[in-house]
Amino acid sequence: MPEAVAVRELTMAEAVREAISEEMRRDPTVFVMGEDVAEAGTPFKVLSGMVEEFGKSRIIDTPISEPGFTGIGVGAAMTGLRPVIDIMFGDFLTLVMDQLVNQAAKVHYMSGGAWKVPMVLRTTLGASRRSAAQHSQSLQAWLSHVPGLKVALPSTPYDAKGLMKTAIRDDNPVIFMEDKMMFRLKGPVPVEDYAIPFGSADVKREGEDITIVATSSMVQVALGAAKQLEEAGISAEVVDPRTTSPLDEKTLIESAKKTSRVIVMDEGYERYGVTAEIASVIATGAFYDLDAPVRRIAAMHVPIPFSPPLEDATIPTEKMVVDAARAMCKR
Amino acid sequence: MTTGSRPAAAEAGRGIGPEKWLRMYRGMQMIRLFEEQVNDLYTRAVMPGLAHLYIGEEAVAVGICEALHSDDYITSTHRGHGHCLAKGASPDRMFAELLGKEAGYCRGKGGSMHIADPASGNLGANAIVGGSAGIATGAAFSAKYRGTKQVTICFFGEGALGQGLLYETMNLARLWNLPVIYVCENNMYNEYTHFSETTAGEILARPAAFGIPAESVDGQDIRAVHDVATRLIGQARAGMGPSFLLVSTYRYHGHHVGDISRDYYRAKQEEQRWRAERDPIKILGDWLVGEKIATQAQLDEIQSKAKLEIVSAVDFALKAPYPAVGEVGEDVYA
Repeated sequence: MPEAVAVRELTMAEAVREAISEEMRRDPTVFVMGEDVAEAGTPFKVLSGMVEEFGKSRIIDTPISEPGFTGIGVGAAMTGLRPVIDIMFGDFLTLVMDQLVNQAAKVHYMSGGAWKVPMVLRTTLGASRRSAAQHSQSLQAWLSHVPGLKVALPSTPYDAKGLMKTAIRDDNPVIFMEDKMMFRLKGPVPVEDYAIPFGSADVKREGEDITIVATSSMVQVALGAAKQLEEAGISAEVVDPRTTSPLDEKTLIESAKKTSRVIVMDEGYERYGVTAEIASVIATGAFYDLDAPVRRIAAMHVPIPFSPPLEDATIPTEKMVVDAARAMCKR
Repeated sequence: MTTGSRPAAAEAGRGIGPEKWLRMYRGMQMIRLFEEQVNDLYTRAVMPGLAHLYIGEEAVAVGICEALHSDDYITSTHRGHGHCLAKGASPDRMFAELLGKEAGYCRGKGGSMHIADPASGNLGANAIVGGSAGIATGAAFSAKYRGTKQVTICFFGEGALGQGLLYETMNLARLWNLPVIYVCENNMYNEYTHFSETTAGEILARPAAFGIPAESVDGQDIRAVHDVATRLIGQARAGMGPSFLLVSTYRYHGHHVGDISRDYYRAKQEEQRWRAERDPIKILGDWLVGEKIATQAQLDEIQSKAKLEIVSAVDFALKAPYPAVGEVGEDVYA
């Protein structure tokens, strides 16, 4: 974090709300549209109070009609507005895939640069709310796969605010995914305006023996594991890419070269997932400096179950990271 | 709300001067001649990819776009050349795009099914059937939000009537009173299937269920099309919200240029009958001559001048260079 005069503690939810509110005050073309975003302030209360400040013409409740209002977002973005489209749960991304993948992502390219789509789609990721298979997925890999989309995955209130500002100011469609278990996580956020550029990874903890690359919800798990590893005499570095598209390959490779061992974590599925891409980037870019194959830790390849002990078994834990790191470091 | 067919537009077009009629006549001729050239380029293997010809449906695009302002928006379809031309695209850059050339509207990256042009308010042709209903409704939302009086036309074929997005956006357009007109071009065939096999109930009952005023019109009669379009566009501009226009028309050619053997889904006699009796260019031409608004010689001259323009546009496109291969990675992000 850069030096700041005034810093206070905000929750992730407050940081997101503050970022959108500040952008809405700055730019009258920014508006929010989604299900129960106005008086309800979303089910997670992330947008509470915004309708009172900005009114219903800019904090716009929609019917339960994700493809319809996401499509409206695309058209509005093409014609001079900067929509923030709210998709209540990341699982509902499947409903809007045509509007995102065939429309928003391709408009600029297909038109040879004639039209652009400056739209943010904010949604959630993450399991462990006991919400079962259709309200718990982490689908960031699906979207990171598509040229034309950008994908931001904040892991702290500071990152959430700075990345949201960049997302709203960006001239491209940006998918902004928030871990629904982290909305109450507190952290320092400067008072003054700042934005975090996309494609810039953040070293959340410096270390020497092993790198743990972790996204979003997995950053806290990685930091917890790093603390345990320290007690075992292993110095772990935790690197958060912050955006999977664009991906800061340079910082990831440099950290891998420094520590020579890498674990990659993400709450999406392991197969064909974010961890696969990052592991490949590192294996290619740091091959001659690695002392062990890159290890991946991600969600188990099952639909997320409801029953608490079953659900917990599907999600990466600190213990899994500690065990893997100790085995890789032979300590 | 008016729902259902209006009487044949015998009165339509009264008060429109000869200049406008001749412009519309020329507009239809341009599309017809453009598409004939596309057919020729494609069958000679000069044009890559797919082409879906608009021949037979010219009165729809021209009649409606003639009633729009230049800063009004349209969204188009895979069968979109007619809409693009009618909204103001120039044939040389259209052909260049169809041939994948740098001078094309999309610098060769879009092709036949993705022509887009901000200068003429064309938000883009769309190769996902019904896929542009969101963009069109969003442009209408934007116009209302920004306080402009722009109107958006969402062109789609009757094949899109099976797509859920259309109904989601019609619901939103009515709830929010958005200035968008959903124009359903019923050319009777969803690709290779007659629409009666795919469409339950009455088409006009669908928009009516949302409280959207719905009308139907003979799409081969440009006077009727232009008349109803002028009225619906005026209503949208005046803040009266969305409407739905069902246009009966006919696709003379196959689903795409390569769809030659069509006997299994429609009879040659049916095609011949439409060409002979329901041709939109002939219908307008006969009326103009009959009403002494124009002479046949004038119409012939319009046609031959249009031909020259099309030939020169093709020539331009054929001679235009391809984009440099290095451009392939440009424009992925703005």
